[in-house]
Formats: sequence, C-alpha cells, structure tokens
Amino acid sequence: MSNDQIENAVTVKNVYKNYGDVEALRDLSLEFPKGQLTSLLGPSGCGKTTLLKIIAGLLPATQGEVLVNGQPVNKPGPDRAFVFQDFALMPWASVIRNVAFGLELRGVNKSERESIATKYIKDVGLTGFEHSFPHELSGGMRQRVGLARALSVDSPVLLMDEPFSAVDEQTRRKFQEDLLNLVKNENKTFIFVTHSIEEAVYVSDQVALLLPRPSRVSEIIKPSSFKNKDINSIRKDSEYLDTVERIWKSLRSYVE
Amino acid sequence: MLSRSFFLKILSGALIFGAWEYAGRVGVNYALPTFLESMKALIDMTISGLIFQAYADTLRPLVVGVLISAFIGIGIGVWVGLSEKFDWLISPIFIIMQAAPLAALIPLLIMAYGIGLTSKVFVVCIMAMPVIVLNTSVAVKNTPSSVKEMARSFLGSRKDVILKIIIPSASPVIFAGLRLGVSAGFIGAILAELKITPTGVGDIISYSRMTADYPSMYAAIFSIILLAVIFLNILEKIEDVLFKGNNQGYIS
Ligand SMILES: Nc1ncnc2c1ncn2[C@@H]1O[C@H](COP(=O)(O)OP(=O)(O)OP(=O)(O)O)[C@@H](O)[C@H]1O
Ligand SMILES: [Mg+2]
Repeated sequence: MSNDQIENAVTVKNVYKNYGDVEALRDLSLEFPKGQLTSLLGPSGCGKTTLLKIIAGLLPATQGEVLVNGQPVNKPGPDRAFVFQDFALMPWASVIRNVAFGLELRGVNKSERESIATKYIKDVGLTGFEHSFPHELSGGMRQRVGLARALSVDSPVLLMDEPFSAVDEQTRRKFQEDLLNLVKNENKTFIFVTHSIEEAVYVSDQVALLLPRPSRVSEIIKPSSFKNKDINSIRKDSEYLDTVERIWKSLRSYVE
Repeated sequence: MLSRSFFLKILSGALIFGAWEYAGRVGVNYALPTFLESMKALIDMTISGLIFQAYADTLRPLVVGVLISAFIGIGIGVWVGLSEKFDWLISPIFIIMQAAPLAALIPLLIMAYGIGLTSKVFVVCIMAMPVIVLNTSVAVKNTPSSVKEMARSFLGSRKDVILKIIIPSASPVIFAGLRLGVSAGFIGAILAELKITPTGVGDIISYSRMTADYPSMYAAIFSIILLAVIFLNILEKIEDVLFKGNNQGYIS
C-alpha cells in the first residue's frame, strides 16, 4: 500500500459515472505512475473528458474513488492543473491575464505572476501577443494560451485534454518533443488525452485504450524500448511502428 | 469606421429633423410646430435659464431613481441568477412590475407616499428596475459553464468565480439592461411629473400645452430626448473602457 503511494501519482479505482440515463464510465480502474506520461486513447464520446474532470475534482464520480498521492480527492487542488479541450479562455482578458489567471487565483502578486506568465507565453511561442485578446488569436493560438496557463501553476500532475488538437503539424511535433523533454526533466505526471495513435505512442510511457461508452480500460500498452533513443529516430523505430499498428488493430474493431 | 458611424448618425438625425420640419410646414396638425420653431423656443428657454431650473427639478428623482435601480437591480439580478430558489421567488415580482400599467399604480403611490420626491422616485424605479433585474439575472445564468469550471479547477473560490468570471462575462448584457433601464427611467421621470405634480420639464410640457405654446412644448420634449441620448452614449463609452475585450466579439 505504501509502495503504491510512492509509485502512482493518481489511482482511479472502480469509477462509475452516469449522466442521468447515459452511462459514461463503468467500473473504470487505472493507475498513473508518478513521473510518467499516460495517454488515454478511445473513440469520441467514450468518456475521456469525463474521466479527466473526475480526476480534477470538477465532477463527482457516481461510484468509486480517485486517489492523488494516496489521498482521495473530491475537489480541485493545487496538485493538479487542467488543459481544457475547449480552451476555456476568458474573452474579456488579455493573453497575459489569461495565462497568469491560475496564479492570480492563488494570490501571487501581479509583477511576479506576469513574469512567470511571460516565460510560459514564450515557451508556447506566443511572445508579442501578451496584450492581445483571445478573439484576436487563431484557434491554435488560443489552445496554446490554455496550455501556458496550466504549465504556469507548476502542478505535479497535468491533465491535458487534447492539448495539441488545434495546432499545426510543425508546432504539434515541436510540442510533442517539448513534452518528452518535460517528462524526462521534471518529475511531473501527465495524463494526456489524444485522438492520434502516433502521438500517443510517441509521447507516452503507457497508453490506455478505452472501450466505447460505457467506458472501461480495454488494454494498457507500455512502449518502452525506444524511449531512450534519440528523439529524432523514434518515428523510424520498429517497435514504435509495431505499437502504432497494434493499437490501430485494437481500435479498428470498435469502428467496424 | 468610427467616422462612418458618426456620419450615419448625423444623416439619420438630418432625415428625422428634415421630416419634422416638412411636416410642420405643410401643417399635418395645428399642434405640430416646425423643427426650427421648436429649436428657437429651446434657445429662448436656455437663454432665460428656464430649462436649467426645470432640469434641476426633473433630474433629482431621475438620478436618485436610476441610481437605486442600477445598484439594487444589479444586486438582485445577480442574486436571482445565482440561485434557482430566489429566481422562483423574485422574478415574477419584476415580470409583473414590468407588465403593470404604471398610470394605474400612480394613485396608489400617491396615497402611500404623497406627492413629493418619494413617489416620483418610485415611478422611476418601477420603470427602470425590472429590465435591469431581468437582464442581469439572465446574463448571470448564461455564463458559459466551461469558464466557470476553469476558474474552479485553478482553485477559484465561490467569490472569485462570481467576481472574476460571472460578472465580467455577464457585463455586456447587464449594460444593455442598464441602457434600457435608464431610457425607461427617463420616461418614468416625465410621467411622474405629468401625473403626480407638475414640476420641472413635465411642468413646461403641461403648461405650454395649456397655453397652446406648442413650440415650447416640443422644445421640452426634444430636450429630454436629447439628454437621454447623450446619457446613453456616455454609458456606452463607460462600457467600452471597462470591458475592452468583451465588445470586440465573443469567443467561447
Ligand atoms: N454534462 C453532461 N450531461 C450529459 N451527458 C454528458 C455530459 N458530459 C458528457 N456527457 C456524455 O458522456 C459521454 C462522454 O463524454 P466525454 O465528453 O467525456 O467524451 P470524450 O471521450 O471526451 O469525447 P471526445 O473525444 O469527443 O472529446 C458522452 O456520450 C456525452 O454525451
Ligand atoms: Mg473530450
């Protein structure tokens, strides 16, 4: 038990979630090892966002429990930061205020939070847009604002709901590499939702395949051998390609 | 862009005043003076200072009533928008207030509060408050839930969510309600002066109608409309300054 607390940053135990008559999650259990990146891969509408929001403490589970660092959670906490699928920016606030908003709510003073925000705005490539408003940005740029906001609060667990879905392919690849470096260099735990099999295999330590609604984990795949290779050669690695193929075969059975 | 909308405003003004002048000249009605006659009467009133004395009287219940309606109305509106229970309890009162024939209520108000300032303030409030309350509560209720959720996930308290998310998000619609409320308040102020005791601008209107001094009557009516328009424009400017991002298009 105490070993489990050290190993897993987040543990989801037998979680059920019903929205009225709609059964989104049924008896879902999954462990998220500390310092690793876990992807959730599954068909649209299967309950990935729902699971993330339950872990975030934004939604109550109908049954079951979620442990973060061994403690059950039922509300948001400083140990988790969320990147929203629909960005959830404040349209009345500038980019820098949006990015610094998490710190603002934590009571960090203005000059300090703006200097932190400026750094993350730079990291996501939005330097020069600090004082623009969200409606003046493209979809992909808005998404990066949401990403910078989550990174700037420096939480040990990051819940990322399709964080790269709206950015262009070049930026996406750069972000995937940045993410790999983050996982390697900072001892953070990432829970990452994506629809791209390649992306999941490329960035993850473990990929959880979810069944269509009502959702459970059907399979956990841990790509390992190419993790220590040079970032640029992963995409040519034979295990990488095999894993992509294997996941595609599993998922294809739901489509058919 | 700004100069173009300014130009259009001037054009629409010119069209209306032109039509008025024309209607006055051909004599649509014996009681309708021309635009220029009315303007001359207005200038005369301004020079004699009559109009300023009148507004000193008219503005008092108007300003007091509008301020009360704005503060209490927005307060109640936010409260109603946040709580379903109060929505059920309070909203019907304001819907009835909005629909009630005000002229029929005025005798009751006079009975209860006499013919002084209080009754007039009440009339202004009855006119102005419902639309402010109803707009505010609808706007509060319609705050996008994803932004509220975002604030909660970044550890915002209930107070943070209300002050930093709900109020700014609702503010364009609250301001729209405020503008409607202020226009209604102007109507209420004049109505009070015509129906309760003739003072201020209402006095000019009813006195000049009695003496068949129609240019003065129209001048008084014109001046109150002008004042309302100026006031509404100021309100719009305040809104622009306060909520820069909001006016430039809304994103989800
Ligand atoms: N607030 C809600 N009320 C009712 N049903 C909901 C609600 N939110 C989600 N659902 C339902 O729960 C199911 C799972 O939704 P969820 O958003 O978690 O899916 P998802 O896996 O994130 O999908 P996508 O990949 O398209 O984002 C869906 O069938 C949806 O209809
Ligand atoms: Mg989703």
